[in-house]
Amino acid sequence: MSDNQLRVVWIYPDLLSTYGDQGNVLVVERRARQRRLDVARLDVRSDQPIPTSGDIYLIGGGEDRPQRLAAERLRRDGGLHRAVENGAIVFSVCAGYQILGHEFINDLGQREPGLGLLDVVSVRGEGARCVGDVLADIDPRLGLPPLTGFENHQGVTHLGPTARPLAQVKLGNGNGTGDGTEGAYNDTVFGTYMHGPVLARNPLIADLLLKLALDVNALPPTDDHWYEALRNERITAAQQPA
Amino acid sequence: MSGNSDPLTPRAKLAVTAGKAVAAASRAAGRGSGSVIGGRVALKLDPDLLARLAQNLDVTLVSATNGKTTTTRLIAEALGAAGPVVSNALGANMPAGITSALAGSSDARYGVIEVDEKYLAGVARDTDPKCIALLNLSRDQLDRAAETRMLAENWREGLAGSKAVIVANADDPLVVWAASSSPNVIWVAAGQMWKDDAWSCPSCGGVMQRPGDDWFCGECGFRRPTPSWALSGDHVLDPHGSAWPIHLQLPGRANKANAASSAAVAAVFGVPPQVALERMWRVQAVAGRYDIVQFQQRDLRLLLAKNPAGWLETFSLIDPPPTPVILSVNARSADGTDTSWLWDVDYTRLSGHPICVIGDRKLDLAVRLEVANQNFQVCENLDQAVQMSPPGRIEVIANYTAFQDLRRRVGN
Repeated sequence: MSDNQLRVVWIYPDLLSTYGDQGNVLVVERRARQRRLDVARLDVRSDQPIPTSGDIYLIGGGEDRPQRLAAERLRRDGGLHRAVENGAIVFSVCAGYQILGHEFINDLGQREPGLGLLDVVSVRGEGARCVGDVLADIDPRLGLPPLTGFENHQGVTHLGPTARPLAQVKLGNGNGTGDGTEGAYNDTVFGTYMHGPVLARNPLIADLLLKLALDVNALPPTDDHWYEALRNERITAAQQPA
Repeated sequence: MSGNSDPLTPRAKLAVTAGKAVAAASRAAGRGSGSVIGGRVALKLDPDLLARLAQNLDVTLVSATNGKTTTTRLIAEALGAAGPVVSNALGANMPAGITSALAGSSDARYGVIEVDEKYLAGVARDTDPKCIALLNLSRDQLDRAAETRMLAENWREGLAGSKAVIVANADDPLVVWAASSSPNVIWVAAGQMWKDDAWSCPSCGGVMQRPGDDWFCGECGFRRPTPSWALSGDHVLDPHGSAWPIHLQLPGRANKANAASSAAVAAVFGVPPQVALERMWRVQAVAGRYDIVQFQQRDLRLLLAKNPAGWLETFSLIDPPPTPVILSVNARSADGTDTSWLWDVDYTRLSGHPICVIGDRKLDLAVRLEVANQNFQVCENLDQAVQMSPPGRIEVIANYTAFQDLRRRVGN
């Protein structure tokens, strides 16, 4: 973080902002401001260059065709790689998560190269689309309470040796590989299939991103009453038979 | 003089009667209006029934993500100037409900039919419409619906080569792309506040440029067509440039846009805009929407908003602060079970309004409003929310099943 300003970059709202994941940006902004940080939000459209000096980059889910277009434009741009080399935090959801991997299946049914920022490969699932509430335990290394979210995807994501699963599902599908993994992370790059939006359902993940960006171990407390109420309700709902 | 004057074959007639009998049984059992189940039985007995019922009507189809029920009512009212009209006024907009509505009238000359977006291509094939009105397309129920651009593509393929006159909104790039496969289009500049589903060119994927009210793709040249009709403030401009005042009891910019499209449809059937617009005044609440009801000695205005585009238009029509607002959101299967879309709605527009939240998913609303830095109260139900609301008429905004719950509670 430079100039005492936290730069939050929202990548390609014109292509990857279809499933409410803009909420992740709003939650990060809000929780940073509650800690009296000076926050600059930069929305970068797909005809604009990705700035390399951001602190936190967020990428959302989108439909199949915009996902392909986003991957093409991000590959051509190259800015996100440089940002990660500079130590930036990247948090991605669904289509955005797949783009960060080595490859995924595009809207034309072809293998589309991703950015290779996460050691994952995504394919198209053969079974029914994964839709519904998810409950999962987050990797204990991250020291976070259970993950709650809403998944809505056909993709199945396989993790390579250098990607760690973000969580293990108790209810729902997650990566769809059958081994119960959900999402992936490596260093400062995160991916998940969870909507909800996921940071509204799991505000302590937003705080983790802030702590990583600020390189601090703790943040001043916030009043999380309504987040807690929502989490309890959704965790209970996920445990009810559909 | 045998069967030729009667468009219904014996089999079709039986199907209509059987459908009516089932509908009556359903009503008697207290299961709603019965229109959908009746239509379903009738269609099963005679799969071509919809086509046969439509064949001696001049049919207009109306489809969109938002505003189709209201616009169907406006067009039906306008075409009443030219002859008797049959319409699925209750909003049952899939083939069974449409069949049931058409079976309800045998002497109509015009059929004005609201069609669910997903069924438009099929219903257009079955009913051989004279006119199709396309108002807008935007994200809605993404956990179960097709992607928005896929819907546009489905329309585009279904309407290619259609003999119908297409009345289409020139301000919605997805609608324009869907309609432009058709040889006979009347473009209406009806406006559209929500733009976030059309930043990517539906034709080539290029980034859309949107200076002012114009739009075009910088890469392939796909651009806004020149409209022949337009909404201009409180007036409809016809193709001759004459401005006709809009008089509606229904509030908001979106309904003026619906009136402009309806006037263009009416003109296709020879009803002049002045006559059409005057008749539209009669339309009050449509299936409870915009209705002002008394509840606990308070006035409540009931507003339906099902998706981000609908909420945006609704925020623009509510009375200014400090008018109290109640928000109610459910996520049952008819609503879509994912509430993430709440985060595409800009709730900072409610600044200054006292806000109460209710509904199955009031806690999602609470977090959403907390992050938007709004003051709000979480209430158990409508009764409590009304009690908590400061004086003045209350604007109650709800999504689909939450709206039905509201109507039931207030006895609407």
